[in-house]
Amino acid sequence: MSDAILSLSDVTKQFGSLLASDSVTLDLQPGEIHALIGPNGAGKSTLIKQIAGEIKSDRGDIHFDGQNINEFDAVTRSRMGLARTFQVSSLMPEFSVLQNVMLARQSVSGKVFRFFKPVLGDKSLVDPAMAQLERVGLADRAQMRAADISHGERRQLEMAVALALEPKAFLLDEPMAGMGPEGSKRLTGFLDGLRAQAPILLVEHDMDAVFALADRISVLVYGRIIATGTVDEIRGNDDVKRAYLGEDA
Amino acid sequence: MTMNREFLINSILAIALVAVPLIALGMDEPFIITLATKVAIFAMAGVGLNLVLGYGGLVSFGHAAFFGIGGYAAGILASHALNYEPIMESPFLIEGTTQMIVIWIVALIFSALVALVIGVITLRTSGVYFIMITLAFAQMIYYFAISWPAYGGEDGLSIYVRNGFPGINTLDPISFFALCAAMLAIAMVFSAVLIRSRFGLALQGARQNPQRMTAVGIAPFRIRLVAFVISAMITALAGALYADLNRFVSPTMLSWHMSGEIMVFVILGGVGRLFGPLAGAALYIILEHLLGGVWEFWQLPLGVLLLLVVLFARGGLVGVLAGERKHV
Repeated sequence: MSDAILSLSDVTKQFGSLLASDSVTLDLQPGEIHALIGPNGAGKSTLIKQIAGEIKSDRGDIHFDGQNINEFDAVTRSRMGLARTFQVSSLMPEFSVLQNVMLARQSVSGKVFRFFKPVLGDKSLVDPAMAQLERVGLADRAQMRAADISHGERRQLEMAVALALEPKAFLLDEPMAGMGPEGSKRLTGFLDGLRAQAPILLVEHDMDAVFALADRISVLVYGRIIATGTVDEIRGNDDVKRAYLGEDA
Repeated sequence: MTMNREFLINSILAIALVAVPLIALGMDEPFIITLATKVAIFAMAGVGLNLVLGYGGLVSFGHAAFFGIGGYAAGILASHALNYEPIMESPFLIEGTTQMIVIWIVALIFSALVALVIGVITLRTSGVYFIMITLAFAQMIYYFAISWPAYGGEDGLSIYVRNGFPGINTLDPISFFALCAAMLAIAMVFSAVLIRSRFGLALQGARQNPQRMTAVGIAPFRIRLVAFVISAMITALAGALYADLNRFVSPTMLSWHMSGEIMVFVILGGVGRLFGPLAGAALYIILEHLLGGVWEFWQLPLGVLLLLVVLFARGGLVGVLAGERKHV
C-alpha cells in the first residue's frame, strides 16, 4: 500500500448538515484503474474536487506522489501531476481545439510569462499539442473553435487536455457522460491502454465501461465507501447490490 | 473570410486617422488636426484598457486613475521645470523637466506602481465587486488630487509651453499629431504581439474559464495582475500626451467620467478587437463634434447607440463591420 501514487485517509467534508464525504479512505496504485461508483448524490464529484484541491477537506489527509498535499491549492496539485477532467466539459470556448491543448502544454513547459514570441508559431507547443489531438482522434478538428465541435468531441478534447499535462495520475469525472455507445466503446478501449501511462481514478456511471476497465472498484454511498474490491467481489457484495446496483447486478 | 474583412476595416481606420489631419493641414484647419490628435490619444488610452477589459475580461472602471497619473506626471514635472523649482532638494536633487521622454518614463513607473497596488487588492474580487473597487480606488486618487493644493487642487495645473521631444516641434499641431499617432501605433503593435504570445493566450484563457486555467496548473491571478499593470502603463502614456495636447491637467482627467469614457471607446469600437478602441474613439469624437455643436444633449443619442451595441453588437463597430471572429 505504501507505494500508492495517491492515497486518501479519513477524508471528510461536510456542507451544513450534509456529509458529502465521510471518512473516505482509498488509494490509487501504479498501473491501475480504480473506479469510483455510487448513486447520484453520493459525493463522487465532491471527492474529486477535494483531491484536485478545488474544495478544502474538513479532515483527513491526501498524499500524492509521496507528499502530503492537504495545503496545496489546485494549481499546485495540477503542476505536481494530478490531471482532472470535468463531468461537464470545461473548456475555453473561444479558443481553437488546438489552443485548448496548447494552454496545457504551456503550463507543463513552465514558461507562461513570455510576452513576444507568437504562440501559434511555437513548435515546442504546437507539436506536442497536435500529438495529443491525434491520440484522441481530434487532429482534423484542430482549427475549429471549441464551442463549435460536438459534445462527444468536447469530451475527447477534455481527455486531450488532460493527456497534454503528462500527469502522474488521472482523475476522470464521468468521461463517458453524454457519449453515444460508439463513443463510449472507443473511449473504453483508449482508457484501457492509458493505465500503462498513469493510473486512473475513474468516476463513471457507465457500468459496462467500469466492469470492463476497473482493476478495483470502490462504492460510495452517502459519502461513505461501503466496499472496495475487484469487479467480481463488488458484483457479489450484498451491501452493494442493495445500495446501488439493484436489479442490474 | 472575416479575417480579411477585419484587416480591410483596420486598414481603412488607420489610413483615415493619418489622412484626415493631412487633408486638414492642406485646408488650413488646425482644429481638425487637434480633433484627430485627441482621437489618437483616446484610442491609446482605450488600447490600454482593452488589454484587461477585452482580452482579460476584467471590467476596470478605474482607468482614469492611470490616465490622470500620466497627465499629472506631465503637469507636475513641467510646472517645476518652468518655475525653476526643484521637486526635491534633499537628500538628492530632483528637478522638473519639459522633456516628454523623461515625463513618459516617470508616468510609466508611477502608473505601474499604483496599478500593482490596486491590482493586488482588486484582482482578488471579480464581477461587480471588481468594477466597484477599481472605481473606488480611482475616486480616492481623484479626491486626493482635488485636495492637494500644491498642484492646483481643483483648478488643475497649466503647462504653459507644450513639453518637448527631440527633433520635433511639438507646438506645431501636425508634428504633435504625428508623435501621438506614432505612440498609438507602437501601443497597438505591442498589444497585438502581446495577445498572440503565451502570456496573451493565458490572459484570454483566464477570461473564458478560470476553472480550466486552474486545472491545467496556471494561476489566473498573476496573469491578470501583469496584464493590469501593462494596461495601466499604456493608458498612463496616453494621459501624459493628453495633458500636453491640452497644455493643462486637472482632476477631471482622474474622475469616473473619464473612466467611463475610456470604457465607451472600447465598447463602442469593439471589445477585444485590436482596432476597437480606435474605431470607438473616432466615433465618439465625431459624434461629439457633429452633434455637440448643434445639440447640448448630444450624449443622449450616444447613450442609445451604446445600448444598441451592448444589446445587439457585442463586437462593437469593428464587429459589425468585420463580422465575428473564427477563434481568438
